[in-house]
Amino acid sequence: MHSIPGRRLIMGLFLIFLLLPIYWLVNMSFKTNAEIVSTMTLWPHTPTLQHYKRIFTDESWYSGYINSLEYVVLNTIISISVALPAAYAFSRYRFLGDKHLFFWLLSNRMAPAAVYALPFFNLYSAIGLFDTPWAVALAHCIFNVPLAVWILEGFVSGVPREIDETAFLDGYSFPRFFIKILVPLIASGIGVAAFFCFMFSWVELLLARTLTSVSAKPIAAIMTRTVSASGMDWGLLAAAGVLTIIPGALVIWFVRNYIASGFALGRV
Amino acid sequence: MDKIVNQKAWFLVLPVFLVVAFSAVLPLMTVVNYSMQDTFGNNQFFWNGVGWFKELLDPSTDLGGRFLASLGRNLFFSLVILAIEVPLGILVALSMPRQGWTVAACLVILALPLLIPWNVVGTIWQIFGRPDIGLLGYVLNAMGIDYNYVSNEIDAWVTVIVMDVWHWTSLVALLCYAGLKSIPEAYYQAAQIDGASRWAVFKAIQLPKMNRVLLIAVLLRFMDSFMIYTEPFVVTGGGPGNSTTFVSIELVKIALGQFDLGKAAALSLVYNLIILIVCWIFYTVMTNAGAERKPQEGAA
Repeated sequence: MHSIPGRRLIMGLFLIFLLLPIYWLVNMSFKTNAEIVSTMTLWPHTPTLQHYKRIFTDESWYSGYINSLEYVVLNTIISISVALPAAYAFSRYRFLGDKHLFFWLLSNRMAPAAVYALPFFNLYSAIGLFDTPWAVALAHCIFNVPLAVWILEGFVSGVPREIDETAFLDGYSFPRFFIKILVPLIASGIGVAAFFCFMFSWVELLLARTLTSVSAKPIAAIMTRTVSASGMDWGLLAAAGVLTIIPGALVIWFVRNYIASGFALGRV
Repeated sequence: MDKIVNQKAWFLVLPVFLVVAFSAVLPLMTVVNYSMQDTFGNNQFFWNGVGWFKELLDPSTDLGGRFLASLGRNLFFSLVILAIEVPLGILVALSMPRQGWTVAACLVILALPLLIPWNVVGTIWQIFGRPDIGLLGYVLNAMGIDYNYVSNEIDAWVTVIVMDVWHWTSLVALLCYAGLKSIPEAYYQAAQIDGASRWAVFKAIQLPKMNRVLLIAVLLRFMDSFMIYTEPFVVTGGGPGNSTTFVSIELVKIALGQFDLGKAAALSLVYNLIILIVCWIFYTVMTNAGAERKPQEGAA
């Protein structure tokens, strides 16, 4: 791949631009509130772990992380397992209304969450799922399932049809072919799709906050509690923010070799 | 590759259809229902026909004025961030190192902002930009620039735009990088033999190869910026005044703030329709671009 002159400088400047605000957040999470408010320091002069300690010992704080991870994992599993057969169907067959159905699915990925907040609240209250991880996991399906179908369809189309035909000639039944042959062949595609589902479910707040009140409240919503009568608890807010970045960073590290091809959604 | 006509394929699509229908069609029906009615609390509803829609599209009423103003702001915002993020993303993709551990490091750092919850993105920029405790705000004020995103409209706009560039340029860059990586080395060698300039290589080889991924990038960025809610809400709360109130913020204000279900539902439907139309245009362009490349697929 050919690059342009001055690329190191451009890349360096851009990475600094990306990292500087994150550094400031990390920096602030290790400062005492007195230091944050009173002076402007580039690194913590009296480093403290008090904010992290508070989050890890107070159940109302750390349960938020567990709640968030719970619905994110649930959502990823649901999305991938319903999207896989559909992706295969869209990639291999023509059937009544296939193109319209595909567009309808995609259009849901584009629907603004704000539109659905209130109706979802009514719907999930009516069927008794309100304030459970299931409500949020199902609600997030509205944008994750179409995306998973879209990504997986690209990867399934990359598998030659001869492989299906050979497998069926060898006497494989459809479910057995699917699990034994197709799934291993598009394993990287499934990884990429799971990564995207995880990502979009993890970062979404509006629906997650609307559909929970106490027992399934996500960490992102709990963070708003740091505003109190005595002013903002900046250090605690920063520490909670740093902890929400960590799961994402871990996931990126595991899929770093697939990021490039995955971001093109199997369509280059 | 010809596709086989097989109606049984519907059984494979059925689970997806049911899940999405449950989460999309049922709520949408409620919205349509509400949009025709007025409520005075206590679960009492009154028929209002298309009254809300008339009001919504008439700028002289309160509702219409607010809707059209926020729509205008939102369109302006989407165009500005597209104009910045697409060229910048291409530039960053072209600047990626060629090999070695730096590639992985750059990819990980680039992807990092994408995986931060949206309200934390807002928090980061809130903390970073405040004149009293934030590095950016402090430095700008120390340099003699009177910067305060809480009280100054232009500063608020600049903050929201820079925040979005920070948050999403990586997506464009990673997509373009994926497109660039798929170009065989032989193309470049041929260009070198022909003595093509750097610009000619970009225009004749790299840009056409990035065409499809760029379309995906523009589509995703347009849609997501058009429904942006959390980040500006955390940073500016839609203010100062209404200067950074985008459509989603306005909608949530009406729906969950004032509990004006009829107005909110009508606004939702029009908002959704706009997005659907734009989405359809993009989708048609994309499928046509694909058909041009592989004409036999379109005929199948």
